[in-house]
Amino acid sequence: MKRQRKPLLALIALLVMTMLATACGGNNNGGNKGSSPAPASAETPSSSKASEEPSPSASNGKLVVGFAQIGQESGWRDAETASVKETFEGDPGFELKFSDAQQKQENQIKAIRTFIAQKVDAIALAPVVESGWETVLKEAKDAGIPVFLLDRGITKGNEDLYVSFIGSDFILEGQNAAKWMIDELGADAQVNIVQLEGTVGASAANDRKKGFEDAIKDHAGYKIVYSQTGDFTRAKGKEVMEAYLKKDKNIQAVYAHNDDMALGAIQAIEEAGLKPGTDIKIIGVDGIKPAFEAIAAGKMNVTVECNPLLGPQLKQAILDTKAGTKLEKWIKSDEDVYSGQKAIDALPNRKY
Amino acid sequence: MANLTASVRNIGRNPIIWPLLALALLMIFNLIAIPGFFSIEFHDGRLFGSVVDILKNASPLAIIALGMTLVIALEGIDISVGSVLAIAGAMGIFMLDGYPTWIAILAALGIGVLCGLWNGMLISILGIQPMVATLILLTIGRGIAQLITGGRIIDTTSASYTFLGKGYFLGLPIQAFLILIVFALLYVLKTRTAFGLFVESVGGSKTASRYAGIRPRSIMMISYAIVGACASVAGIIVSANLGSADANNAGLWIELDAILAVVIGGTSMRGGRFYLGGTVIGALFIQSLTTTIYSLGVPAESILLVKAIVVILVCLIQSEAFRKLFVPVGKKAIIE
Repeated sequence: MKRQRKPLLALIALLVMTMLATACGGNNNGGNKGSSPAPASAETPSSSKASEEPSPSASNGKLVVGFAQIGQESGWRDAETASVKETFEGDPGFELKFSDAQQKQENQIKAIRTFIAQKVDAIALAPVVESGWETVLKEAKDAGIPVFLLDRGITKGNEDLYVSFIGSDFILEGQNAAKWMIDELGADAQVNIVQLEGTVGASAANDRKKGFEDAIKDHAGYKIVYSQTGDFTRAKGKEVMEAYLKKDKNIQAVYAHNDDMALGAIQAIEEAGLKPGTDIKIIGVDGIKPAFEAIAAGKMNVTVECNPLLGPQLKQAILDTKAGTKLEKWIKSDEDVYSGQKAIDALPNRKY
Repeated sequence: MANLTASVRNIGRNPIIWPLLALALLMIFNLIAIPGFFSIEFHDGRLFGSVVDILKNASPLAIIALGMTLVIALEGIDISVGSVLAIAGAMGIFMLDGYPTWIAILAALGIGVLCGLWNGMLISILGIQPMVATLILLTIGRGIAQLITGGRIIDTTSASYTFLGKGYFLGLPIQAFLILIVFALLYVLKTRTAFGLFVESVGGSKTASRYAGIRPRSIMMISYAIVGACASVAGIIVSANLGSADANNAGLWIELDAILAVVIGGTSMRGGRFYLGGTVIGALFIQSLTTTIYSLGVPAESILLVKAIVVILVCLIQSEAFRKLFVPVGKKAIIE
């Protein structure tokens, strides 16, 4: 037993060192993912210009905006963060205080309290969960600071606590997908559709389904022959599509609730010996870069954008509020439908 | 007659008979309920059909479950396999950018073995309970995978790498052969070397094994390293099949399916004897169930319910106490 100990200890040391090395790499890459809590990053705003001023608010006529972001979770959210940062840091009339909450509501609440204490001119919040915001948003309201919600809502009945919600209309996205398909294939065409649904219960899945199904209801030729969840992932989208193609190849269109599932379905269709984009029209939602690449390669037909670049609309909303304009409770984000040449032209500028 | 009774009794005792029975029942159901389920087309030198799909899509699960069988036989468990799968897949695709395919594959395998050794070290040397020890890597594993991919889905077009997930050999998907290779390696390890006996012995009683001169620590280290290797093979298959690595979703919840496959296959969670063949049948059963559900067109909201009901039935078939309720005395009724 004694003899055995030393190599084992050496192995432990080696493994621990490897893991530590990985962890260090993590801090470098992860940026805000270190152990420092969110309020700290809220107190030291990421815009370096103003970091030395003790109380920057209104000191030089700038509008100070505090943004309580959820954290890093997907390429989509990174794009949203980048859009807000670019919009405000590129404008000399604004100053941005950014907080990364690392997916924790308590960090977001702390960040908002810090923003209130710093007397910012507006607060933008992407709420990580729906409920539990009443107290802190009341505090902001009492302090006279307008609050804007980005991309996710809060529990109904609290509409007086914020100025506007800026985000996507998933039902409209479903309708746009159906509209493109009907325009493309003709109102009287006989079309068998496979629908790849998102995660069961997700609002994006429910609403994209509802919008699409409502929009094709009046066209008798359009039938959803199969509808199954693909959990918003490529792997599941591919597996579901594979299984259905074994049963029936008489499909004219695939409608996927996000682009990733559409990309999975494209692979399954190719492997079954059919041509995606030509034999079967492929419709996705989100507008991620790989979808544009697939459209450029002729394998996909259309993607309905779900826009994360909310910075410009947030800025406009803040300016309007300061000017005293009454805003809509729900400001729908600018969203477009990309297909064919339009998608190819847009490809080099896609950010996410 | 006495011979027949004896042989039926023997078959009933062989634990592999129950998963086989479950799989056979499911296939009979498919034969009746889903027209064309067994139809196989042959074009472009490849076989196409639902049954081929099952072989293809069951491979990550079957390979992980084979590794899992070893640690469950050691009265252990490894719940980090899904995360290790994600790490290995991310590593493979990441390394393809600038390195040849074989280096990418070696890197993916290497990081999987490293993860397995880490688990093995926590469990065998530091004496942490397997569930807790592997929980650590379950949690941080996806974080590591996200670091490798930079938080987004990375992809590749390397034909030699994607061959491991999309390729065909002799008309069959390459994954079928990968299951066979992993199974054969472990089977040889079990039957032709002392290792299999040692695993069963340590799983049966660690203390007794130590007095008998077996080193439980090295056996455990090796076994967890093997699970890690299996998980990384699965990671390579998954990432090669899609041509992309998704740190968040690749292999999500596969640890639960793998444990289920092992248990359906007849290996007890209390350690001791293990059945590699049973595990493969268990994995094929689980994937057949998924494919059946998709082919039947079960509504998305009911999928989990249907799966749960079928799994309960299979577990009931396996339970000896439950079977005795229906066949109180003789074993004859089993044939029917």
